[in-house]
Amino acid sequence: MATINKSAVQEMVTILSNKRVGAYHQILLNVGDIVKNCRPGNFVAISVGGDTSKMILRRAFAISRVSESSQYGGTMELIVAPHGSGSKWLCSQLEGTEIDIVAPLGTAFGIPTEPISALLIGGGYGSAPLFGLADVLKSRGCKVDMLLGASVGSKIYAPMEGKRSVNSLKIYTEDGSMGETGRVTENLLDIVRDRNIDVIYSCGPMAMLSAITALVADLEVIHQCAVEESMACGIGICMTCVLPVRNDDGATSMLRSCIDGPVMDGSTVRWDLVGKVPEVTL
Amino acid sequence: MSLPVDMSTTLGNAWFPTPIFTASGCASGGKELAQFFPLNQVGAIVTKSVMSKPRHGRPTPRMAETPSGMLNSIGLQGPGIDAFLANDVPWLLEQKARVIVSIAGETVEEYSTLARKLRSVSGISAVEVNISCPNVENRGLVFACDPESSRRVIDGVRKTIGGELPIIAKLSPDVTDLPAIARGVVDAGADGLALINTVLGMVINIDSMKPHLGGKTGGLSGPAIKPVAVRAIYQVHAALPKVPILGMGGVSSGRDALELILAGASGVSVGTASFGNPKALIDIQNELRDLLAARGFATMQQAIGYAHREEA
Repeated sequence: MATINKSAVQEMVTILSNKRVGAYHQILLNVGDIVKNCRPGNFVAISVGGDTSKMILRRAFAISRVSESSQYGGTMELIVAPHGSGSKWLCSQLEGTEIDIVAPLGTAFGIPTEPISALLIGGGYGSAPLFGLADVLKSRGCKVDMLLGASVGSKIYAPMEGKRSVNSLKIYTEDGSMGETGRVTENLLDIVRDRNIDVIYSCGPMAMLSAITALVADLEVIHQCAVEESMACGIGICMTCVLPVRNDDGATSMLRSCIDGPVMDGSTVRWDLVGKVPEVTL
Repeated sequence: MSLPVDMSTTLGNAWFPTPIFTASGCASGGKELAQFFPLNQVGAIVTKSVMSKPRHGRPTPRMAETPSGMLNSIGLQGPGIDAFLANDVPWLLEQKARVIVSIAGETVEEYSTLARKLRSVSGISAVEVNISCPNVENRGLVFACDPESSRRVIDGVRKTIGGELPIIAKLSPDVTDLPAIARGVVDAGADGLALINTVLGMVINIDSMKPHLGGKTGGLSGPAIKPVAVRAIYQVHAALPKVPILGMGGVSSGRDALELILAGASGVSVGTASFGNPKALIDIQNELRDLLAARGFATMQQAIGYAHREEA
């Protein structure tokens, strides 16, 4: 009788491979039938540190892509930046290790029924779920352009096989070490206009999502973004990952980015109020 | 081969088939956990403390993981009592879950108003009066830090709610003389005590070199505080052996739950452990049953306060 976390299961799964790719680790998990319920945008929550760990909270990772047809059955790919102690632990786990996951969690990117023009924008490892999304959009006949940005070239995640799912790929780095120098927002308005973009799908740092929302505010384009807020549980019970979001009636609610996100309509997020508390609406 | 253990327990006049409950603020309204286990399989769902009006809570960041624990600074975000009673309670009762409604207020009057609304709700097992939330703007508002304020809140709730629904007062460990506060609220009409709320703490971010949480301070929970909970329950059970205690604080295994029961808890709430393991309540309940059986207890209730016994 669950109405929330409807597809989520908790399972022990095996790491099939763990490879370093630039600044990240590409981790492949054997997850069996879980893949059937995974959609681009969903995330997985993973226990870290082993049974005696002092880290008591799961870590949330965007599901990069899933596959049903590989030799292993259902597989799930994650792109992990070894940043904090939890992600470093995960990146140090060897092939064959069993880990405890809860998946799939959260909202997914909306997939259009019509063949539209989509622009996918990724910041850093935020590009990971966009390649799985690109596959789905492409299979629906959509035109898929992609912009990726990062501070340095080693933080751009753009796998060879992923490039096949997109019509064009443009890369920006802040130091100019790969692609053009600058940020993904550089020529965004021109790109959206010139290519008649209907929907922007974005994933990356909050500042990037906020900047995209502001740039396209006056255009017709829809902006679906996958947000990133620190979470304790990933399943909606801790209330720590909230974001101020405008309701249909104009009032602002603090919504949980784990169950009402991570994919949200960028134009409804009150980016100006992130980290603040909305005025009480009477 | 041992006989199955009778796991049932009581808090005041309320009966529960098992002593494992959710902890208020760690299970929202129950819907989120229903995917992971049937809610009627545990003792009760203790819902997130609700106030009279909808409330946004505190700004983010609201969370910081700490060694074997975490700080939270939610600030009682919630839908308000009317929406809660209209949406959450009927749903929980449909699931055949037993429900303990937790309430929180800013004034003595707000608690009484909330109690008045609960009076007419059928099907709930008890009310938890949370007088110890650490995440309020003014520490002076933590009623449970002051014996007289604690008494006045419980007195107001008792008078409003009448004699039927058991009242469980949730207390803070951040006081000098916990048994004195406990005695005060029991004298004022509490049927049971919930021990312990989170412990007030702070994390400083060494990059920004400022307090990490939006609300600056937060409540520490998780295994790090379990010894504090065991101490608090032991002290209060020694002082008030007849008053049932709903114990909580860092319970993440059946062993932990048994420790709290031996210290004097009649029931055990599982909070932060559910964040790491959505099925924590069921795992803990099963392990507790095995541990009680292995120690020769025919009923869970025989183990309550067993650590206090004097042996010749």
